[in-house]
Amino acid sequence: MGLLNFLKRIEPDKEKSPFLHTAYDAFFTFAYTPNEVTHDGTHLKDGIDLKRTMVMVVLAMQFCYIFGTYNIGHQHFTAMGQYMGFLEGFHLKLAHGLIKLFPIFLWTHVVGLGIEFYFAYKKGHSVEEGFLVSGALIPLIMPPDIPIWMLCVAVAFAVILGKEAFGGTGMNIWNVALLARVFVFFAYPTTISGDEVWVSGFETLAEGTAPEYGGWTYSMFDGLFSAMGLDTFRAGAGTIVDGYSGATPLALAYQGGWEAVTETYSVNQMWWGTIPGSIGETSKPLILLGAAILLITRIGSWRIMLSMLIGAAAMAMLMNLWGATPFMTVPWYYQFWMGSFFFAAVFMATDPVTASSTNTGKWIYGFLIGFIGMIIRVINPAYPEGWMLAILFLNTFAPLIDYYVLDANIKRRLARA
Amino acid sequence: MLVTTITILAAILVLAAVWMLTNNFFHIEASKSGIDADSHDLGIMPKSNVLFGTPIPANIDANKFHRLSKGHDIKLVGAANGEVENIRTNRYAVKPTDFRGIAPIPKLMVQVGDEVKAGDPLFYDKSNPDIMFVSPVSGEVVEVQRGAKRAISAVVVLADKADNYKQFSVPASDASREDIVNFLMSTGFWPFINRRPFDTLANPNNTPRDIFISLMETAPLATPVAIQLNGAMDDFNNGLSVLAKLTDGAVYLGCDSSDASVANAVNDIDGVEKHWFRGPHPAGNVGVQIHHIRPINAADQVWTLKANSVAILGKLFRTGNLDLTSVIGLTGAGFNENKYIRTPFGAEVGSLVEGNTSEGKFRMISGDVLTGTQVAAVGFMDANASQLTTLSEGDHYEMFGWLLPLSPRPSISGTYPNGLFKEFKFEPDTNTHGEERAFVVTGQYESVLPMDIYPQHLLKAIMANDYERMEGLGIYELSEEDLALCEFACTSKVPVQKILRRGLNMMEEQS
Repeated sequence: MGLLNFLKRIEPDKEKSPFLHTAYDAFFTFAYTPNEVTHDGTHLKDGIDLKRTMVMVVLAMQFCYIFGTYNIGHQHFTAMGQYMGFLEGFHLKLAHGLIKLFPIFLWTHVVGLGIEFYFAYKKGHSVEEGFLVSGALIPLIMPPDIPIWMLCVAVAFAVILGKEAFGGTGMNIWNVALLARVFVFFAYPTTISGDEVWVSGFETLAEGTAPEYGGWTYSMFDGLFSAMGLDTFRAGAGTIVDGYSGATPLALAYQGGWEAVTETYSVNQMWWGTIPGSIGETSKPLILLGAAILLITRIGSWRIMLSMLIGAAAMAMLMNLWGATPFMTVPWYYQFWMGSFFFAAVFMATDPVTASSTNTGKWIYGFLIGFIGMIIRVINPAYPEGWMLAILFLNTFAPLIDYYVLDANIKRRLARA
Repeated sequence: MLVTTITILAAILVLAAVWMLTNNFFHIEASKSGIDADSHDLGIMPKSNVLFGTPIPANIDANKFHRLSKGHDIKLVGAANGEVENIRTNRYAVKPTDFRGIAPIPKLMVQVGDEVKAGDPLFYDKSNPDIMFVSPVSGEVVEVQRGAKRAISAVVVLADKADNYKQFSVPASDASREDIVNFLMSTGFWPFINRRPFDTLANPNNTPRDIFISLMETAPLATPVAIQLNGAMDDFNNGLSVLAKLTDGAVYLGCDSSDASVANAVNDIDGVEKHWFRGPHPAGNVGVQIHHIRPINAADQVWTLKANSVAILGKLFRTGNLDLTSVIGLTGAGFNENKYIRTPFGAEVGSLVEGNTSEGKFRMISGDVLTGTQVAAVGFMDANASQLTTLSEGDHYEMFGWLLPLSPRPSISGTYPNGLFKEFKFEPDTNTHGEERAFVVTGQYESVLPMDIYPQHLLKAIMANDYERMEGLGIYELSEEDLALCEFACTSKVPVQKILRRGLNMMEEQS
């Protein structure tokens, strides 16, 4: 009760300092559910609200966060031939991953939430929770070395033009996290495409030079590690192994089919996720664990996930039948081992605001994402992964799909008359 | 690999072809032998609910059995039990706001101080002066309570110890439809007939396509129809035969397949048809039942009555007295003793609950927690109410209430472990558990509405004032009580019932 009284006493006045009041309200409602009671309708309401829904999605992603952080470090060191075993250099890999990921996570939220707070203040309503999920997704789909200024511009673009311009949470047409990524992809293509960007430190290092590990963050960790008697960053700095390409399995499949992929990466590696890629997309079992959470809590639509799987499998089977390019010969079930299919299916495509809202529509929506995404992935050399574009494409058409489902409902009703 | 895939696909195609062909042959044979194909399940595979679900009870025609899977039963503590106690309070009131579709200031026919008998008219609506609104008890008119803009909120009568009824002359059994309608209007029974669409007072100038009565109460803590009609089945049957004369179509009864006692006590009356329902709330709502029996379209007019009203009608035709009483269940955790009482309509709430209320701040609701109206102790029960529910007021802050709730609360969401404890009875409060937001989550409303309607899109059409879309998406089939569970389940706390009523009012103005 003491904390509550204290918080009530420091509440900024709504008239005199509206921006502070909006910010205060956002943090207050995060800590305390408001004491509003029902009137003019049902007298009791379900215990679920938007905060709880969003936080469940964020929690489902946490496995990917932990593994992704570690994988940044793991890929960095294996590129230099050091600590090749998964658990070797555990402390260094985790620390390196944190140093890379934490600024991305922090700046995504500072910029995104800052814009959301500003718009809430301007429009006079409370800060809405939609950005909790977008802000958690954006770091997971960015390359680890993305310049922070580029990330901030991308987030600002996604939130202002992709969401607030349409009316805020619940009104956006396109998936906000994917808009941030697509902005970086088209405005700064070299930072997000190619073989070198998915391994931390690979792109920036010249041939034969060792990474610097400069800055107070590395010094701090080095101090901590040497005090504990463990290996440090600077003492063991290595150089990129000769002939290391940093290619993701998709890039290899495009060049030489499944044989090229299995030369560099084993099937187990691809499944468990110790491969280069976006921060959160590589570990399939952890994504599936997140999917299980979303399905059990009925927050993620199983219809979209299942139909996307069916659509992708159908197109992959058709490609197997055709077999014109090396990529098309990759067996259809191995297509799911590579790339970000599961991540896109579980976290991106199931966003309820941008997906179809009718159940029938969800089947069509998911199926087409899978179907078209596979085409983009396999046939187009410029886009190694197709889900971002396929999902944005179907986001554009989701209202149209819904329109026809509703039209069928209207016609059914008229036919009864 | 390729060969196996093609073989499997071919096998599936062949099986599908065989299935479709056999189904077609069944249908051809059926039409040859004159069997109606639509009303029987003709096919090589039985339906899934026949294979795996609980079987239809014997003696029930499969066409008249409706198994509704969507919906949600909210289980609350404080169900009423025991014998029905006859109670009389000092004051009773008739509230114009209980009846939808009349003007806020009806024309009064009595003044403060007038003596009235039970059945004497108190006021009428200027747009239809023939429909009388009568007093449920005899006594003296003591007060005319007014609300905002001088709208009449209640006409209060100080009741006698025993009711002195006005004697009406009942029409003969061969009376015309018009005579019966005029009789019902003058005796004050008419306001208890509602019409669909719009769920407002029935229009006496129209002949309804059908009349629907629900014999199934599925709302949380609702008084079962068996208790409401206990000892009144003769009057109920009598009322049904009267209603059968008022429509050219049928009088449909929505019966509860899990408790057939009431339905079995209904006589075989010409023009009365029983349909059986099984499912969670809102399977007992008459609007949902209409949708599954004979859905209404834009041009149709149907009437709905509560089961208790039909018993009152039967008694009116038997005795010539309008006995406006109902069984009210005192439900919820706010009462020390959850019991059933019998009292005339519009009883003073404070006297009803005297000495029976528990400690704590409780909200009293005339009706059920989803659709009822809040009443104060100085207020009066709604007309034809069958329960008085209590809910504790939830006007307190809860730290991280959305993340780790400290008390169990009813929810359809999978984020609570409620699905593992299906029989658990909740003691919820009136806290909104979150603030109002825009529509975000989809599919939630559809999961608790067992009708072929997309409620979220309908609400968006209402909010956009799109008349054609509202009509196309089925607003005529709905009333607030049908969407009440959607409002309960809504993640974004949208005021669904309020928006729906605004839409219905808009459409009613147009027609």
